[in-house]
Amino acid sequence: MRNFFRRKSSCQIAKDRLKILLISDRVNCSPEMMELIKTDIAKVISKYMKIDTENMEIQINTKGSKSERAKPTLYANIPIVDMLSSKDNI
Amino acid sequence: MENQFSQERKGSEVIVVTSGKGGVGKTTTSANVGTGLAKAGKKVCLIDTDIGLRNLDVVMGLENRIVYNLVDVVEGSCRVKQALIRDKRHPGLYLMPSAQTRDKSAVTPGQMVKVIETLKEQFDYIILDCPAGIEQGFQNAIAGADRALVVTTPEVSAIRDADRIIGLLEANGFKQMDLIINRLRMDMVKRGDMMSAQDVVDILAVPLIGIIPDDENVVISTNQGEPLVGGASPAGQAYANVVQRVEGREVPFLNFEKGISFWTRVSGIFHKI
Repeated sequence: MRNFFRRKSSCQIAKDRLKILLISDRVNCSPEMMELIKTDIAKVISKYMKIDTENMEIQINTKGSKSERAKPTLYANIPIVDMLSSKDNI
Repeated sequence: MENQFSQERKGSEVIVVTSGKGGVGKTTTSANVGTGLAKAGKKVCLIDTDIGLRNLDVVMGLENRIVYNLVDVVEGSCRVKQALIRDKRHPGLYLMPSAQTRDKSAVTPGQMVKVIETLKEQFDYIILDCPAGIEQGFQNAIAGADRALVVTTPEVSAIRDADRIIGLLEANGFKQMDLIINRLRMDMVKRGDMMSAQDVVDILAVPLIGIIPDDENVVISTNQGEPLVGGASPAGQAYANVVQRVEGREVPFLNFEKGISFWTRVSGIFHKI
């Protein structure tokens, strides 16, 4: 019974589902392509610092004001293991 | 940019009515907006671009008067004028029907543009009823248009398709796109069981040009083959407002909280008698 009262309205469920659905629809980017982008980013960043490629994450998201059609943005979460000293790079 | 638009408006305006998903009310919207503009004294040409599944002629009640169609014009079997059916009820309103026995590949976007260029000389508004889907039929319908009316209903599937269509229109260089939310049920919105017009606008982020309440009179008018725009029914009033906004006038949105329950009840009583 308590569950019944706490249940989200079907309107809210629809909105939540749409939000997630439209992000992936708008981006139109295949998982294979995401994997390629990920390996390429890892390659470039590795030139400058030692990163944890195992735990690195990339995702595409939409951020922005409600009134404007939000542009998709690429987010990368890359754990750094060690900063290589600048001498090694120059 | 502003200037370009106002100049365009003085000439003729080509509007495509589209939605992505089928059955959300593209044809009904085309018929009502076209008829409404004609009632306002404009010269209007409705073009059914759904080749193989034509329906605008039936909604307009002109199905018995078809001789030539869009494909005949494109193939040169007749002149543009011969394929235009004049709606005798409204001076200035014409329909170019689609072909029923052909398929979408019978016409190319380039050919559509040519036909529209010819029609532009004599009409204030050219309204294209787009088929469902995003394939060639859609490409044909949008080819010659300079603005779009995107029709959706407050449902997940229709909104998703509308979003896709808006993306495609943007990619095709459309600058003016307006949203029509069809079949809104205020009683369900109040209960929290339907997305409100504001919810849909927030998600799609396209300017709103009309909210059409779910109204049984739409079915009745389709049965009769006479668009209900301008009538006393809630949908008729809502479409009349859409027409005014298409013409560039600012009209406040109807208060459906009162409108829908009151009018459906009243008209319901009348129809029973």
